[in-house]
Amino acid sequence: MTLTEGLTSMGTAAPETPVRAGRRGAGAWRFVVLGVLGVYFLVPIGASVWYTIRDRRNGGVTLGTYAEIPGAAGFADAFTRSLVLAGLTVVLVLVLMVPTVVLVNLRLPRLRTTVELLTLMPLVLPPIALVVGVRSVLSWAPDYFLNTPLAEAFFALQEPALPWILVFVYVVLALPFVYRALDAGVRGADLRTLTEAARNLGASWPRVIVSVVLPVLRTSVLNAAFLTLALVLGEFTVAAILGFETFPTWIVRISGSEPRLSVAVSVLSLLITWMLLLLISALDRRRGTKENS
Amino acid sequence: MTAVSARSSGPADLRERPGVPIRLDGLTRRYGSVVALDGLDLDISGGELIALLGPSGCGKTTALRAIAGFDRPDGGRVLLDGRDITDVPANKRDMGMVFQAYSLFPNLTVAENVAFGLRVRRRAKSERAGRAGELLELVGLADRGDRYPHQLSGGQQQRVALARALAVAPQVLLLDEPLSALDAQVRVQLREEIRRIQLELGITTVFVTHDQAEALSVADRVGVLRAGRLEQVASPDELYERPATAFVAEFVGTMNRVPAILAGGEVQLLGTRRPVAGAAPPEGVVVALVRPEGLIVTADPAGSGRVVTRTFSGASTRVLVALADGVEVRVDLPSAVSGELTPGAAVTVRPAERPVLVAPPEPLPEMAEEARAGA
Repeated sequence: MTLTEGLTSMGTAAPETPVRAGRRGAGAWRFVVLGVLGVYFLVPIGASVWYTIRDRRNGGVTLGTYAEIPGAAGFADAFTRSLVLAGLTVVLVLVLMVPTVVLVNLRLPRLRTTVELLTLMPLVLPPIALVVGVRSVLSWAPDYFLNTPLAEAFFALQEPALPWILVFVYVVLALPFVYRALDAGVRGADLRTLTEAARNLGASWPRVIVSVVLPVLRTSVLNAAFLTLALVLGEFTVAAILGFETFPTWIVRISGSEPRLSVAVSVLSLLITWMLLLLISALDRRRGTKENS
Repeated sequence: MTAVSARSSGPADLRERPGVPIRLDGLTRRYGSVVALDGLDLDISGGELIALLGPSGCGKTTALRAIAGFDRPDGGRVLLDGRDITDVPANKRDMGMVFQAYSLFPNLTVAENVAFGLRVRRRAKSERAGRAGELLELVGLADRGDRYPHQLSGGQQQRVALARALAVAPQVLLLDEPLSALDAQVRVQLREEIRRIQLELGITTVFVTHDQAEALSVADRVGVLRAGRLEQVASPDELYERPATAFVAEFVGTMNRVPAILAGGEVQLLGTRRPVAGAAPPEGVVVALVRPEGLIVTADPAGSGRVVTRTFSGASTRVLVALADGVEVRVDLPSAVSGELTPGAAVTVRPAERPVLVAPPEPLPEMAEEARAGA
């Protein structure tokens, strides 16, 4: 009982209720669980960090490997590309899904199951199946549509500097997470009454979305954005199979010749992800204190 | 208060506007096989507070939503000041609405909520702030402008919602059961306040409720709806004294159902004969509908009725009497003459000298449903 309690509260990102003091022994169990999980997560991370900072020539520690990162060949390009892809994916998936979720909840509740199932597809279909399909279309279409604007469009999609095709595939891969995050937010608020109140006060539909829906859904929009960002920054399979260089594929490429550098970059990307997470929860908390003041 | 009335943008401009009439012309709305509105006709005069009253599912909220523009009727028209607004979108209708559910924007302060409609209309910031202050004063929350909705009680939230609805100086005020989520005490207080503000501003108001006491106490006229049609529209007094149908009679106020026989155009009731009021069902066994004050109870050692309980409420007292055939009736009488009517006392009960409403012996299906729901 206490074990499950401890596990469930640790599984969630932010436990709503503090873990109860409970009966004798509960505290001890909590430390065991925390300890096991801590070892499970911290040992590999700690080992990676140690591997990157140990100075094998002179002994002691050095941050030399980290200093090499900015100047490493291809790093800046790959990292920037991944950030741009992530930003575009976040914008596109939100532009697509916020109105969809709002519309499904307010106007078309009968479509809820259908939309839910559709957004689940990327979880059911392995990404490898998706990407193999995409690859065949990409190799077949330019020939088929040769000398038409469509062929040009297919080439543009695969521009190595900014492969838009990845944005579209990532939007699909992000759907399950984004839909769930947004849907939870919509159900938590009485969005129907709020939008009707805003309409009644003279607000147009775009105004309702910007002034009422987005602020109410702020936390869930931030959550959806973060999940998408993390997904894109860590995605390897699709980018590798389609042959584009993104941050993860770059790490893998250099890991053969510069193992320490590649591990240092991985540790750094972990830190970046954590910082984004902290940033988002800080944004959320600032709103909370503002409301409670 | 003097400073408020001196300003040109204050609620004074609301007061100067004459109330605008509304006309519902054959409104029809179906949801699948359910008929929510069945050719509803209703004329609402300018400046009037009309209550739409009825059991759940009678179409009163659908009618209100059709006026507000949230629900498009399948047939019929909504006319505002003679202008057909059936196809005008909700955000262009110039109506203020207070909802049953709490509807304040959680991310905005109370003052920002009240000023929302003005912000949408691109009014200057100073005007918005001034106006929000005046309206918060009108609803007695002038000191809460910088709070957030979740820091207010339910009653306060509905006051703010009322201020927000009035801030844009709407032509019509729509109230969709605004009090039903509140405590009994707050409810009575707030309904009186709504009436005070409505009279002060002279704004045409439609008040939807399922609570007959609420409707009777604040409205100029009450429209009783049943299955998407109006049963009767009348002043509260007339509705109570002269209900047009058995449904209205039973829905409004307390009503005794006493078995009776209808023969030769007369009702044989409790050993007396009385003329029939209103439409009569087929002759034979019927149920007479009599108000508690429409019965006379007298102490009578030879009487077949027995007093069950006696409830004192100031000037009047209500006694519950079990008649010989097991039927129980409620009788109201002045407390001054009720001294002998203690529980167990033998009494006779007879109807007052006036025409009696009668209904078919079976209860109306809606009424049975309401009784089951405990309403």
